Amino acid sequence: MTGSALRRAWRAGYYALLVAVAAVVLFPLYYAVAGSLMTDAALVAFPPALFPTELAWRNYARVMQAFPLARQYVNSMVVSLAIVAGVVVTSVLSAYAFVFIDFPFRRTAFAAFMATMMIPVESLIIPKYLLVADLGWINSFPGLIVPFVATGFGTFLMRQFFLTFPGELREAARLDGCGHWRFAWTILVPLSKHGLGVLAVYSFIAAYNQFFWPLLVTNTPDMQTLQIGLASLDTAEARAPSLIFAGVVVAIAPMLLLFYVFQRNIVRGLTAGAVK
Amino acid sequence: MTPAPAEGGTRMAGEAPRVAPAGPARASAHARVAPRRRGSARDRATALLFLAPSLLVFATFVFYPLARSIYLSFFANDLLGAPVAFVGFEQYLRIVTDPRFAQVMTTTAWFVVLTVIPSIAIGLGLALLVRPKIAGIGLFRTLLATPFAFSAAAAAVVFDVFYRPGIGLFNGLLSYIGVPPVDWLTSPTAALPSLALAVVWRHAGYTMLVCLAGLESIPDALYEASRIDGASRLAQFRYISLPLLTPTLFFLAVISTIHALQTFGEIKILTHGGPAGTTTTLVYSLYETAFGLGSSDYGLASAQGVLLMLIVLVITVVQFRVLGRRVFYA
Repeated sequence: MTGSALRRAWRAGYYALLVAVAAVVLFPLYYAVAGSLMTDAALVAFPPALFPTELAWRNYARVMQAFPLARQYVNSMVVSLAIVAGVVVTSVLSAYAFVFIDFPFRRTAFAAFMATMMIPVESLIIPKYLLVADLGWINSFPGLIVPFVATGFGTFLMRQFFLTFPGELREAARLDGCGHWRFAWTILVPLSKHGLGVLAVYSFIAAYNQFFWPLLVTNTPDMQTLQIGLASLDTAEARAPSLIFAGVVVAIAPMLLLFYVFQRNIVRGLTAGAVK
Repeated sequence: MTPAPAEGGTRMAGEAPRVAPAGPARASAHARVAPRRRGSARDRATALLFLAPSLLVFATFVFYPLARSIYLSFFANDLLGAPVAFVGFEQYLRIVTDPRFAQVMTTTAWFVVLTVIPSIAIGLGLALLVRPKIAGIGLFRTLLATPFAFSAAAAAVVFDVFYRPGIGLFNGLLSYIGVPPVDWLTSPTAALPSLALAVVWRHAGYTMLVCLAGLESIPDALYEASRIDGASRLAQFRYISLPLLTPTLFFLAVISTIHALQTFGEIKILTHGGPAGTTTTLVYSLYETAFGLGSSDYGLASAQGVLLMLIVLVITVVQFRVLGRRVFYA
């Protein structure tokens, strides 16, 4: 064999390996999609079918009719978007204060912000639940949204981003008579679209995928989020696998879309801190 | 004008004030503010105003619950969960002396081992696999990272169908190769590994992305120089990739451990802590103690919450100490 033929064979082998590994990793996703189009008879046959022979699109209509998934979709979107809006505003404001304003106890305040990231939310779940119950926020949007509209991570991320701006930017604006508020929103924010994008995508995913908290503070199907709705599909009497798979596909479709479109932003958010 | 992304300057939260990132931006952050000490009264008022929304949320939903958690953990409560008598460290003593909690802590430790080590090993393996910059590799990177797009609930529900006894997909696949069916979630020995598999599948997408970012931050020149010196691929991995990746792997070990300690959705959906408590981790035990059927033992549950927090805190402090000293800054 010549050198180039050998290299070509090696390369073909490498692609075959990549395809094989991808097939194993993606199998659960593949089977969720394939299963959502199979009949229950095919799914509970033994051994079960590995691909649909006829496309049972009606599974989607059935699951949307039998379960309040549409309503829960809306709930999840409202909650996640409200959290993203809240996190973006609070993070920009606090990060701005930490970077561009000198004030007493700045280091202490920043340490307190960072400390909030080190406390596992599960540790605080009981008093948080009692507080939200006292406020009358069980089964309500405020109960699902308000505790999450500020995060230490958001402040940290935006601060890191603001620190990359040259100090002269603020100085020039100040000499032009531009106050902090106007500088933050009309100059800094438009220049920080990239950082805000990372924060928004990251916060949206975290909010949309929440499970423990929505499980605690909602108990009517109409106020539950999609994640809780998915879990109820699995515990419903019928437990029809085709409906469960259809529900899963409906629930993860927006996440997959977001993931494929914003993968770079997501990776940057994830690796903030991990890699130099 | 578009500023460079924060790429070069991102690092662990606790280190940010100590380690000076590259470039003059950071140095001027302190110098740029008004020369007066600690800012003008107007600046101070503005700062307070800007911090107020975050501070209000943190005070209400982090610091107050933190204080109340610690407070509740020192009290015995009635059947409805209201604190009735100060009992000092008795709740903590109950945790330490109860054999049931010994099982919870053992289960938690095993769950950490069974999720963290495979997640990192698989993530690193996948990252190395998609590291060569060959045509179409971007597609494979995205595909292999896809499980990360699943939520805990979505992944758990899918695996729950796969794990069904008798007719489930996994047992069906086993039957193709002549292996007898496994009681994935109902046997006390198989339940924890089965649970871990569902968690690892989702988490490995994340560890792969982080490992890949770590690998890509290693300068190509190092590999080229070693190639000229005749180093094999294995030698390159052993003497270049692995040492320069240690901070990344260490970070992943810490993050994954904390993530494992906090895992709830998969346990709630797949096993409910069973069979016979073999998948009841600290977080799930906390949940059952506080919100389980007919149980509102907020005092005992709060003590478990404080314990969880202390464990996470110790891990975080160790991380800062170690990373502070051992990170390879090129």
